[in-house]
Amino acid sequence: MTEETTTKETPPPSKRPRWLEVIAPRQVDWVTLLVIPILAVLSALIVGAAVIVFTDGFGAVLPAYSALLRGAFGGWQSISETLLASAPLILAGLAVALGFQAGLFNIGAEGQMTIGGLTAVMVGFSFDGLPLLVHLPLAVIAGLLGGALWGFIPGLLRAKTGAHEVITTIMLNFIAFRTLDYVLKLPFIQKEGRFDPVSKDVLDSATYPSILQWLPIENPGRLRLHLGFFVALAVAWFVYWLLYRSTIGFEFRAVGANPSAAKYGGMGVASTIIFVMAVSGALAGMAGANETLGVVGRGVPGFTAQIGFDAIALALLGRSHPGGVVLASILFGALRAGGRTMQAQSDVGIDLIVVVQALIIVFVAAPELVRAIFRVRGGKKQGQVTRGWSA
Amino acid sequence: MKLELRNVTKRFPGVIANDSVDLKVESGEILGLLGENGAGKTTLMNILYGLYSADEGEIIINGAEMSFTGPGDAIDAGIGMVHQHFMLVPVFTVAENVVLGIEPTVGPVGTIDLGEARREVEEISNKYGLDINPDATVEDLAVGIQQRIEIIKVLFRDAEIIVFDEPTAVLTPQEVEEFFKIVNGLKEAGKGIIFITHKLGEVLAISNRIAVLRRGKIVGEVDPKTASKEQLAELMVGRPVDLMVDKGAAEPGDVVLSVTDLVVRDERQHTAVDHVSFEVRAGEIVGIAGVQGNGQTELVEALTGLEPPLAGHVELNGIDVTLATPRALHRSSVAHVPEDRQRSGLVLEFDVAENIVLDSYYAEPYSHGIRMDWDYAHEHADELIDQYDIRTPSSRVKASNLSGGNQQKLIVAREFARDTKLIIASQPTRGIDVGSIEYIHNRIVEERDEGAAVLIVSSELDEILALADRILVMYRGQIVAEVSGEDATASQLGLYMAGSVA
Repeated sequence: MTEETTTKETPPPSKRPRWLEVIAPRQVDWVTLLVIPILAVLSALIVGAAVIVFTDGFGAVLPAYSALLRGAFGGWQSISETLLASAPLILAGLAVALGFQAGLFNIGAEGQMTIGGLTAVMVGFSFDGLPLLVHLPLAVIAGLLGGALWGFIPGLLRAKTGAHEVITTIMLNFIAFRTLDYVLKLPFIQKEGRFDPVSKDVLDSATYPSILQWLPIENPGRLRLHLGFFVALAVAWFVYWLLYRSTIGFEFRAVGANPSAAKYGGMGVASTIIFVMAVSGALAGMAGANETLGVVGRGVPGFTAQIGFDAIALALLGRSHPGGVVLASILFGALRAGGRTMQAQSDVGIDLIVVVQALIIVFVAAPELVRAIFRVRGGKKQGQVTRGWSA
Repeated sequence: MKLELRNVTKRFPGVIANDSVDLKVESGEILGLLGENGAGKTTLMNILYGLYSADEGEIIINGAEMSFTGPGDAIDAGIGMVHQHFMLVPVFTVAENVVLGIEPTVGPVGTIDLGEARREVEEISNKYGLDINPDATVEDLAVGIQQRIEIIKVLFRDAEIIVFDEPTAVLTPQEVEEFFKIVNGLKEAGKGIIFITHKLGEVLAISNRIAVLRRGKIVGEVDPKTASKEQLAELMVGRPVDLMVDKGAAEPGDVVLSVTDLVVRDERQHTAVDHVSFEVRAGEIVGIAGVQGNGQTELVEALTGLEPPLAGHVELNGIDVTLATPRALHRSSVAHVPEDRQRSGLVLEFDVAENIVLDSYYAEPYSHGIRMDWDYAHEHADELIDQYDIRTPSSRVKASNLSGGNQQKLIVAREFARDTKLIIASQPTRGIDVGSIEYIHNRIVEERDEGAAVLIVSSELDEILALADRILVMYRGQIVAEVSGEDATASQLGLYMAGSVA
């Protein structure tokens, strides 16, 4: 074939509204950005309902979904739980999304969270007597650096040896899990009087403070939402700025979209890959710190709770855009929080949430399917999110 | 056999690629199909070959309407296609490649009968004077010979109508001569030929009839005996075109680029550039002619800092830049128009403004510290869009939505808009429309007249002859000849390009 197949005669006029340009510069059109994900979620809930019908009968659908909705948004406590669950999802989702933007598939968010959470705890239970304003940021930065190290390693391997980050990040996940198990039993880390792998407790001065205690409701102490959620939002804004408003993000995106052109433009492709992986790991590390400093209060095995893997789904659902990742994370946070209520108050188990999440990903990953089901017109066909393994 | 396309229309979203096209070709004649890139030639041929189905219209063979659902149907109906990019397995022999997909077999389990395959290849080769050894391995053969294998493949499948898609793009002038002889032989033997090209000289030389396609429509049928190049160009572009580059005599100044004993290896560690030395002076255009793949790509990569050379020296205004990075060279006012605009010249998913600042984004005024100034970048892009006549609705349109010619103008704008001391332009007008070629050529001459040193690498002889004040010919990594631009002739250069040293 000649080039004719790739170039068009007349360029189509730019029909993107101004507001879309502001929130998603040069991103996909609004159909792809919003309509398809929303329809994907809707489709997943419908198929999820079919699963409920199949396992528990027609009568179970409505109680289950209404319990899900109540548990996610039905009152202050539900909202608190939803946002609490979404904070680490936002941070880890941003980690994976940033990688996608630079053409890198970071499957290692779970491992980077593990190391980041661990380093945050180590700083968090040390340094008794520091004020919160110093100690908490210090612990968060420790988490950030721990994650950054765990992202830097596969970045370095990719840039210097060509070892694919998909393989190396998966392997580093296992190394991180076992490292956690080992470190938690070290004498100066393990909690006194315990024989199982549990770390000392994070000091109050390094704990994310709860932020809804002032609400005029009965027993506001139950509201667990902490400052970490707003930190996550601030980080999302920062990642957006970095990607679309800074020279660094321009390099990230250029390397992701076309490494040869990036090299031609004078960018250091190898150094950018290393940097992207380190920043991505840092974001995941912050997600780990959010869990250990805000929710668990100490280091325990498996505190990451698959958040690093859900992050891949979130980056896909959010189209690798920070705004999209935030929305997707709140949705997944709602499913996590609502799922617990559903389990408690209806006959349907929390496993359904896993099914629904998986279905959302199937529908998001196959936008043509959603277009066909709902007969969506307009918008551009979405290409692959990442390059192939040989890339 | 008589093939007819009637009223064929094909629409793609936003574009009518073919607009009620009528075309006829019979056994024993050569139809030249002339059109610019993007005019719809390839789409039309893909419809004919069963790769696309037409939205309207019919394909008629010997009076019977055909419906093709895939290339298999087209081949069965006697249509053969020689693609621009060959579809050969490099490690297979000629005979194996020819029979691939329809291998003759013997025995109950269908063992491939390579003996039979070789006999048939030899028979076809002799009959049409193709002179091919069926046992040669394809990767060892020259491009011109590989093209003959493609022709044998088509003949082996009993094609009566053969479509050649831009067949001369990869050939030396001598190979083109050979190729024309073969095509004429096929015509004498009663085959019908459709010859797709955008080269005016060739279509005039070989065709019996010429159909010109513009924006998906047949805009004229011309008799090559009476038509002139100018007339064809006007039909093809839709306005009168100046085919000659207006340029005065060069006034060479100081040496800007000095290359001494440069050695560069390619990806496979073969020596691609073999002890090359030359100079380019301010105010002159030096053209490097040569068939593709004779080290030009590697030479340019070394000169622009993309791949470090193995040995030798490169000096820019007397300063050693042998191992300088692309950015350092860019800062020293070197402009580089890369060989492949889509592979390395542009980020297709980025918009026009982002591509405009692709190599200058890191400095004032496009960024302050690490903060990009997109407002300024868009303003600057809008200026260049005006100044360099880039046809785009706005600077926010993705580069992938621009036509090839406009993509190339975007790159030229980005590179030339700065202060330029040295311009290195590789295949600056490959695959773009005549109007854009005219424009870019004039820009290059303007830059020369303003005192820039210009190095042009092109496999299009016409381009080298039109632009260069001095011509170097590259063959197998070496510079085998230097000719003054005024004295050079195509046939003389062609001989050098084929390796016959004077």
